[in-house]
Amino acid sequence: MNQAVISVRNLSMAYGEVLIQRDLNFTINRGDIFVIMGGSGCGKSTLLRHLIGLQAPAQGEIFYGGASLLAAGPQARQQLLRKNGVLFQSGGLLSSLTLAENVALPLTESTRLAAKKIRDIVAYKLALVGLAGFEDYYPAQLSGGMQKRAGLARAMALDPDILFFDEPSAGLDPITAKHLDDLILRLRDSLSATVVIVTHELASIFAIGSNAIFLDADSKTLIASGSPHELLASSSDPKIIQFLTRGNHQAADKGVNA
Amino acid sequence: MGTSSQTADIVLHQHQHIYEIALTGDWLIDAESKDTGSIVSAIGQLPAGSRLLFTTAELGRWDSVLVTEIITILEVAHQTGVLVDRSSLPEAIQGLLKLVYTAPEGAEIKSPIQAASWIDSIRQTLASVSNDLSALLEFVGLLVMTVYDLLRGNSHFRRVDLWLQIQECGPAALPIVTLISLLVGLILAFVGAVQLSLFGAEIYIANLVSLGMTREMGGLMTAIIMSGRTGAAYAAQLGTMRVNDEIDALKTMNLEPLAFLVIPRMTALILIMPLLCLYADLMGIIGGAMVSITLFDISVTEYVDRTINAVQMKDFVIGFIKCAVFGILIALAGCLRGMQCGRSASAVGDAATSAVVTSIVFIVVADSVMTLICNRLGV
Ligand SMILES: Nc1ncnc2c1ncn2[C@@H]1O[C@H](COP(=O)(O)OP(=O)(O)OP(=O)(O)O)[C@@H](O)[C@H]1O
Ligand SMILES: [Mg+2]
Repeated sequence: MNQAVISVRNLSMAYGEVLIQRDLNFTINRGDIFVIMGGSGCGKSTLLRHLIGLQAPAQGEIFYGGASLLAAGPQARQQLLRKNGVLFQSGGLLSSLTLAENVALPLTESTRLAAKKIRDIVAYKLALVGLAGFEDYYPAQLSGGMQKRAGLARAMALDPDILFFDEPSAGLDPITAKHLDDLILRLRDSLSATVVIVTHELASIFAIGSNAIFLDADSKTLIASGSPHELLASSSDPKIIQFLTRGNHQAADKGVNA
Repeated sequence: MGTSSQTADIVLHQHQHIYEIALTGDWLIDAESKDTGSIVSAIGQLPAGSRLLFTTAELGRWDSVLVTEIITILEVAHQTGVLVDRSSLPEAIQGLLKLVYTAPEGAEIKSPIQAASWIDSIRQTLASVSNDLSALLEFVGLLVMTVYDLLRGNSHFRRVDLWLQIQECGPAALPIVTLISLLVGLILAFVGAVQLSLFGAEIYIANLVSLGMTREMGGLMTAIIMSGRTGAAYAAQLGTMRVNDEIDALKTMNLEPLAFLVIPRMTALILIMPLLCLYADLMGIIGGAMVSITLFDISVTEYVDRTINAVQMKDFVIGFIKCAVFGILIALAGCLRGMQCGRSASAVGDAATSAVVTSIVFIVVADSVMTLICNRLGV
């Protein structure tokens, strides 16, 4: 049942001359909630942008199923990425459109559904994320958490196979963050989607993560992969233990190296 | 700890091979500062390997003043190879020093941007101009491909957006265009009238104003108004959308931002500009009429007659074409700067500013070239 949806081979990422990460190898399986972890600035968002085809790798390959994203022509590439839904850190809602128009956008642009049907789907998706009745609000009229959920509704508009999240719970209070986690879990189960998520929230990582990778800024590569619980139990790398325990585990014997 | 402050003092003693710095009194930011230069240079003279410690029994209150002094001393001592016993310092100071000397984790400290010499800055300016040019060419190329895709039906934009943009840059701009063109017509009439009245030729005001407005000023003023009004707005809108990930979001939804955002804006401006230009011409001529009729005793019929005689169809057409070109340039500059925008609030401001500057440069250059061409062609 371990069917690879995305596999990354020898991926190196760079901004111009500046190398961000190199030699990344990992596989995302169907039904996974795949967590990308790592310290601030190590390149998690950059990796996510590579996975969804917004940035081209400096080296290496990204495969969707069996097909290479790089080798594909524009049409084939669109086809590969068509079943993705993405929630950006700031929601990425178009500020000039209402919530309903935002969620309807992918539907009107990529399908031939009748206007009535689109209205129904939009209402259904907004209801799924608990925003029924907010159809005619503009994004600026919503709280940060509501914008995130609206972004999620739009990401799900086309019933994606893979959902990508960049720090979905950053800036949310713990309760709202937990609701969002629950929502993601429930959606994964009922839509049988795969979820790729960048997050710092330990609570989320342990609550929903089924598989994870850990990127390191110093060695500029991936230093561990596996399920978060296993990583905590079996990893001997102090960086990973520190990250997963908020540094509590090692605080005592961490000498000063002036 | 007494409430009356005691003067700070620092003394260096020697006991055999051990040097001792005695800190006494209050070391506070708002108290009179104590010059420690002599002590620091004395420490710089000590033989390497000697040991240094602090006595702080008489030390009163202290704050950052003292800590920075100690840091200076520690650094000098480190350079001269003097061994410092920090444990004789108050614990709070030791804690602060520990924080200071712990490098931030995982952070590579980047060297700050160096002040460039003037040759370097000229070189950078040239490089950025050539970058700008190639970015412009690339943008135009992408736009052409997008238009081709649109025509073949491979990508599309929302009709509503085009309509909204047209409203935004057309009717909404009428008041300011009216005001400015009326005034420009008025000014032209005044300036001309003073000269023409020397020869008793006030009647030619009509010729001057109508030709000046239709061939040159109508289009130019409209273009400058629209670059400040609409070009800057385009850059700021697109820039903000980039900052908010909206543009990336469009891409992930399989919508081409160029087709979806840029084409409606450009189309709107290109359609509207010539119309605004005609309107500005008319307003300018009316402004001129107001001056000639009220101040120089020219009758309405005379003015209208002269105007109709003076202006030919080709003058309108020239103004019309010029303004269409300006429209393309303004929209291009605004959208290019918006799409190039960085991901911060200040970048949005820069994008708006440079959109206006770029489009005014474009406008003036294009106007000169077109005037020259018209002149050569004798039209
Ligand atoms: N557009 C850019 N141009 C140049 N360098 C960039 C750009 N965007 C990011 N970087 C650099 O790439 C590195 C990784 O950035 P990225 O945003 O992927 O980090 P991150 O792991 O998502 O961090 P965080 O957890 O803080 O969001 C950073 O060092 C950053 O300075
Ligand atoms: Mg990030």
